[in-house]
Amino acid sequence: MSQRDRIVIVGGGIAGQAVAEALRERDPHVGITLVCGEDALPYDRIRLSEILVDGSDAATLALRPEEWFGDHDVDVLLGRWVEGGDLDAGVLTLDGAEELRFDKLVLATGSQPLLPPIPGIGLPGVHPFRDPADCDAIRASAASATHAAVIGGGLLGLEAARGIAAQGCDVTVVHLVDRLMERQLDPVAAAMLEPALADLGINVRLNAATQEILGGDRARGLRFKDGSSIEADLVVVSIGIRPEKTLAETLGVATRRGIVVADSMRTSHDRVWSVGECAEHAGMVYGLVAPILDQARVAADTLLGRTAAYTGSILSAKLKVAGIDLVSAGEAEGDTAAVVSDAAAGTYRKLTVRDGKAVGAILLGDVRGAEALVAAVRAAEEVTDPLEALAAASAAGPADLPDEAQICNCNGVCKGDLVAAVEVDGCTTPREVMARTRAGTGCGSCKPAVIDIVAMATGGLNEEPAYLCACRKQTREELADQIRAQGLRSVSEVAQCCGTGRDCGACKPALAYLVSEVNDNRHREERHARYINDRVHANIQKDGTFSVVPKMRGGVTTPSELRRIADVAEKYEIPLVKVTGGQRIDLLGVAKEDLPKVWRDLDMPSGFAYAKAVRTVKTCVGEQHCRFGLGDSMGFGIEIEKAWEGLHTPAKVKAGVSGCPRNCAEATIKDIGIVAVEGGWQVRIGGAAGASVREADILDTVETKAEAMRLSTTFLQYYREHADYKERTYDFVPRIGLDEIRRIVTDEQLGAALRERFRLAKAATIDPWLERDTPYHPRQFTDLDQQPEPTVVVGPPEEARR
Amino acid sequence: MTLACREDDVPPGEGRNITLEGTRIAIFRTDTGWYAVDAVCPHRGGPLADGIVCDHAVTCPLHDRAFDLRTGESPSGDRVTVYPVEVRDGEVYVEVVRAPVAA
Ligand code: SRM
Ligand SMILES: Cc1cc2nc3c(=O)[nH]c(=O)nc-3n(C[C@H](O)[C@H](O)[C@H](O)COP(=O)(O)OP(=O)(O)OC[C@H]3O[C@@H](n4cnc5c(N)ncnc54)[C@H](O)[C@@H]3O)c2cc1C
Ligand code: SF4
Ligand code: FES
Repeated sequence: MSQRDRIVIVGGGIAGQAVAEALRERDPHVGITLVCGEDALPYDRIRLSEILVDGSDAATLALRPEEWFGDHDVDVLLGRWVEGGDLDAGVLTLDGAEELRFDKLVLATGSQPLLPPIPGIGLPGVHPFRDPADCDAIRASAASATHAAVIGGGLLGLEAARGIAAQGCDVTVVHLVDRLMERQLDPVAAAMLEPALADLGINVRLNAATQEILGGDRARGLRFKDGSSIEADLVVVSIGIRPEKTLAETLGVATRRGIVVADSMRTSHDRVWSVGECAEHAGMVYGLVAPILDQARVAADTLLGRTAAYTGSILSAKLKVAGIDLVSAGEAEGDTAAVVSDAAAGTYRKLTVRDGKAVGAILLGDVRGAEALVAAVRAAEEVTDPLEALAAASAAGPADLPDEAQICNCNGVCKGDLVAAVEVDGCTTPREVMARTRAGTGCGSCKPAVIDIVAMATGGLNEEPAYLCACRKQTREELADQIRAQGLRSVSEVAQCCGTGRDCGACKPALAYLVSEVNDNRHREERHARYINDRVHANIQKDGTFSVVPKMRGGVTTPSELRRIADVAEKYEIPLVKVTGGQRIDLLGVAKEDLPKVWRDLDMPSGFAYAKAVRTVKTCVGEQHCRFGLGDSMGFGIEIEKAWEGLHTPAKVKAGVSGCPRNCAEATIKDIGIVAVEGGWQVRIGGAAGASVREADILDTVETKAEAMRLSTTFLQYYREHADYKERTYDFVPRIGLDEIRRIVTDEQLGAALRERFRLAKAATIDPWLERDTPYHPRQFTDLDQQPEPTVVVGPPEEARR
Repeated sequence: MTLACREDDVPPGEGRNITLEGTRIAIFRTDTGWYAVDAVCPHRGGPLADGIVCDHAVTCPLHDRAFDLRTGESPSGDRVTVYPVEVRDGEVYVEVVRAPVAA
């Protein structure tokens, strides 16, 4: 194509944007104009489901930032509508008058939501679910609605229902046929989906043909064909799409259900192509992103005069409903199928085979191996034993996937692309790979798989240096050496001599920890290097207020403490008082400027609930009260908390002490857990039950409390000195290896040195809430238009400033 | 230009909020100078003044979106308005004119 040729793309949806990108990747010169009917730059429509749940701003959905279009020389016309034109003359008419010249034209006009022609469809309170305005309208209605109904039990209808349920509104999905998602699921899987939805507050009504939306001034309910009805003051309609072919028809391009295209993605007119939800290929109109991206690549090739053919797509879908894992690909039913199902656990895994080839997969509740199975279906792989194939998939690691296995469905990124980003483009971290390939930037559900593959391609994430400062590629060890060698005592000094933290600031908290750790807590504290939580010693909330958790060692409190907490909560009108999962009390919603006053009135030390520090030592009642108790877990827990409290750690550290192996303090899932056993104490490390669940490893079983304390404290210090910032013990312990840790912490000399450094660091800790009287700056807690409290210095300021 | 605060009202390397002519603005004092941008993160309303600051960027404390304090731009595609700042005799002045948004 010659340099001045201009391709005009009508429609700035995912399809239009994909064509523009694919063209620019292939040809740096061809003129590209993207006409967007909507007022916004192309955005990620599929993430509207997410926005419906959390109400965030649609501006966050942009597929590319504004600069991208300038950088890539793509002209964009926003909020402009193409009304017609003359194909042979190569001109389009925009908004009535203006003309736009083109050499080749791509129709990416997408689709409109299908609305059934039933009475009441135009009533207020009835919404489709297609664009940001619909999202806003549904959220606004949900806020005041008492009952909502979603007509349509497909993928999108269920996502809409989830969004409404998340607003706390009762919702019923009404579906015409006898099972949900009939295009993706077989009857068994569809039936298993219902209880999972019920858990999320979503009711389902099947075999329900809606005949009328009831109500006079606004929607009040639905009436069905069988005469029954339900109440609904919010109705979302999600029964399918209607390809937008008005423009194509005006221009005289052939259409059936959609705009008819050949394998080249060309329409009946040789200057006109069509891609996306408006296009009909081989009798199919696709309503998912992955096929659209395939089409866009073919269209870009053929637009530039290369040969390429689109041969249709095997559909695969993921339900984007938090709490339900569901992946499906290809056909839901076939001649032969292997099914592995556990009704009690709500899991269902099925691989369907025809003529010895994989043609469909359904994974519900347990989606292990989804990428491998979906890849097998897409490639129609030979399968001799489907049951075996299912089992192999659940054990498959990233290495077993073929290069063509699509990992990110939203952006059509395959395993091979991820590996190339590492091997060819030199990316070393998942973050870099995601930025380069855009994998994981759509709905985000593929991120864990991306991380696994990058780990594989880089030869293991653990072996790759974990940079403390990614901008300047400095590791923790290198920086620690510098700090030691040059006697650096503050973050600014390190910044001055190494540049660390000057370009982006992301590493400053890690650096602040390192400086304090290397100096045994005798560093020069600089608050600008700390997260806001550590600047004001409270946990920031989504609305910018803070939560306050006073120390309550071992979960044990007194009437007088409880009385003070109650008084403070009333005096400062604290909106929420909550018992935490860590055996203490949380006062939530405190304004920043009230923090010092709240601490003063509480007169309790900080619980460090906001910091990377020793958090809680959870205890059970133990030997003193419990008929099974073998040791004084409560007393011991309190002792441990006193011994460790106030110490900052690479990531938060949670501990627990149980009085017997019944383990009511859940010590086996703590970073450090101690369990009283017959004749002694078992010391465990590296446990967790948060985002990752890991049973703590047994470090040793010792006879006395003193030994248990010594062993666990030695481990704590070893962890403080050797873990990467934000590395919890559940990653640290397996990374170093239990045997190696045991060797070090039980070594006479090494152990003694660790304990000595621990003693020094601990001796320099103080209760940060004392800054209520000795703030590090007069405006520590106040904004510029607030009056700071006059400072009353009562403590030794040098110490309080730590 | 409107007087916002005195130099030592903002601790070095931090930010603080102020309402000037009805607009909520975050003022930052970094190693390379003074900056002022919208106080509220366009993502989900995070308080940018509570973020971590480096030479010329701030990272929102809620979900880590970083904004260039000179241009207001973020790699995430979000954008905040930047207001000119001047320091004279220990006093910090801010120009509360909405900078024209690049077309
Ligand atoms: C308050 C509390 C929930 C509650 O109401 O009970 C809580 C609240 C938060 N947790 Fe938690 N966690 C609380 C107990 C837990 C527990 C249970 C426990 O400690 O026994 C766990 C699982 C155990 C574990 O960690 O091994 C837990 C696992 C997490 C995780 C996942 C960590 C992981 O690596 O797996 C995070 C995220 C993180 O740290 O990055 C997190 C983070 C958070 C944060 C701090 C999120 C944040 O960064 O703002 C929450 C603050 C809420 C707020 O707005 O103030 N919280 N969190 C609990 C405070 C306990 C306390 O007294 O200190
Ligand atoms: C809430 C929701 C969740 C979804 N989730 C998923 C999912 O998880 N996975 C998945 O694969 N798919 C999902 N989809 C489907 C996916 O979003 C669509 O398949 C895809 O966005 C269609 O893109 P498109 O560009 O073809 O059409 P559209 O996004 O409709 O874009 C067409 C654009 O063209 C414009 N236009 C039309 N006519 C003209 C004209 N004459 N002049 C100027 N402009 C014009 C329109 O205004 C529109 O902006 C979801 C859809 C929704 C609504
Ligand atoms: S589980 Fe923890 S992090 Fe998640 S919402 Fe609850 S408190 Fe917040
Ligand atoms: S509110 Fe600022 S990043 Fe989310």
